[in-house]
Amino acid sequence: MTYAFQAEGLVKRFGATTALAGIDLAARAGTVLGVLGPNGAGKTTAVRILATLLRADEGRATVGGYDVVRDAAKVRRLIGLTGQYASVDEDLTGQQNLELIGSLLDLRRKDSRSRAKELLEQFGLAEAGGRAAKTYSGGMRRRLDLAASLVGRPSVIYLDEPTTGLDPVKREDVWNMVRSLLDSGVTVLLTTQYLDEADALADEISVIDHGSVIAHGTPAELKHKVGGQTIVVRPSDPGRLDEVDRLLRETTGHETESSGRGVLTAPADDDRVFTTLVRRLDEAGIGVIELSLRLPSLDEVFFTLTGAPVPHQNAHDSLEMAV
Amino acid sequence: MTTITLDVPAGRPFGLLRHSLALGKRSLIKTLRTPEQLLDVTLQPVIFILVFVYLLGGAIAGSTHAYLQFLLPAITVQTLMFASMATGTNLNSDVKKGVFDRFRSLPISRAAPLVGAVFGDLIRFVVSITVSFGFGLIMGFRFQTNPVEVIGAILLMLFFAFSLSWIFVLVGVLVREPGAVQGIGFVTLFPLTFGTNMMVKTDTLPSWLQAWVKINPVTDVMASVRALTLGDGPIAGPVTHTLLVSAGILVVFAPLAVRAYRRRA
Repeated sequence: MTYAFQAEGLVKRFGATTALAGIDLAARAGTVLGVLGPNGAGKTTAVRILATLLRADEGRATVGGYDVVRDAAKVRRLIGLTGQYASVDEDLTGQQNLELIGSLLDLRRKDSRSRAKELLEQFGLAEAGGRAAKTYSGGMRRRLDLAASLVGRPSVIYLDEPTTGLDPVKREDVWNMVRSLLDSGVTVLLTTQYLDEADALADEISVIDHGSVIAHGTPAELKHKVGGQTIVVRPSDPGRLDEVDRLLRETTGHETESSGRGVLTAPADDDRVFTTLVRRLDEAGIGVIELSLRLPSLDEVFFTLTGAPVPHQNAHDSLEMAV
Repeated sequence: MTTITLDVPAGRPFGLLRHSLALGKRSLIKTLRTPEQLLDVTLQPVIFILVFVYLLGGAIAGSTHAYLQFLLPAITVQTLMFASMATGTNLNSDVKKGVFDRFRSLPISRAAPLVGAVFGDLIRFVVSITVSFGFGLIMGFRFQTNPVEVIGAILLMLFFAFSLSWIFVLVGVLVREPGAVQGIGFVTLFPLTFGTNMMVKTDTLPSWLQAWVKINPVTDVMASVRALTLGDGPIAGPVTHTLLVSAGILVVFAPLAVRAYRRRA
């Protein structure tokens, strides 16, 4: 197995706060590593170390075989960084933003102009390319930011919470863009607070909490570990809710819960539960207007892995943002 | 398990200069897009010239016209020095923005964003000198020397301001708030600019103040500009002093600023 980047035993302290307590992260070339954790878990700190913006107190990290401290200049030629807060220049147009990055990456003027055009088109910003970025919507800024991190055709891309604060449609947009990146063979480090995002994009997931990895695996392994997918059923005829309730109890072997008017949910810890339920509903001639398998939320994952609810440490959050 | 070794794309030579120019262009675009940023360098010389010339001109020089001739070259230097402070305040608020994170993650010299900011701010100096001389000309100021000497005066002032702005770049990188840059700036610039023979001849001052005026390098800058625009007094001495002081400031403060920026990152 060959890793595109690898971090071993990273420790980072800010005063009395330990942001990273000896973390290991690695991704095979051409894959997506999802780093899942709540605010203040150390995700951004880890990304900043791998992006040469911050030095670890202990441990080492390499990107593309180059040490992030000793060969920082080489590492910077390999990476693209998209921060948590869209880091584009508000006063510059989309085109100017991308051309600036191009000239800083030593592209020739003609190449940086055409690369900017190409990226604006790819990210649906061709028409807005001549307008100052401050006139862009939140989603457009994220796209421009993502485009800016791709100007130099990096081999390793860090996406630090690329969808935080975006509405569901825009999130889907960003997801599709990330998927299209993968076709070009890049390696991606994606940090996120959403299990569904990691599940949708990552090949492997490291769950981190308080600066340590508390679980690692493929999305399937992780889901298996935390169990607790939930079946959600909403029959089209609310009058048949009782029948659905009985079917759901029989197939899952669990008590059902009603999470809203006309909706029933039950835990599904067997791979075949869902298909069995579909068949039984069909046999009974019950139509549904909603039928889904819901992944556990981050809160539920954490509860299962740590036995404690997601920590809410506001002081820690603001520290991480300030650094 | 091994780590794959990726091919690193090669860079091109003269990176620092090219990157700084690209970043300077960015600052320039920002300034031109929000021209109200230039209000200070536009209004300050106008107000200072009006106030000093009409309030003090008659008393100090006997006529407002004579005083304008005496004051204008020096006040141009003063406005320019206050303009150099803005590089520090702008940079201070700029560095906190996410876009500077991106600059740090790019394979460019850590000096480039700072040099770029100073390059971009040369426009402020050009505007400042233009407004000051232009308004002076409207009010009746007349150059007494040839165009070559006037251009020499302008270039000398630009070099001095360029060097001086590195002090404020250092301050801008070190302090937390743009307001602090201004605070420090005013405290240092007031004695440096007013503690000169800008407004009155040195021999009218109390002896302790004369001592300060004589060692104050800004006195030399003002004397150079007076000599090059009015033709009074020697040129070589003050100009040499000004060049040496400017070069000295540059050599000391530019590396300090880059070091401070690198630490902050």
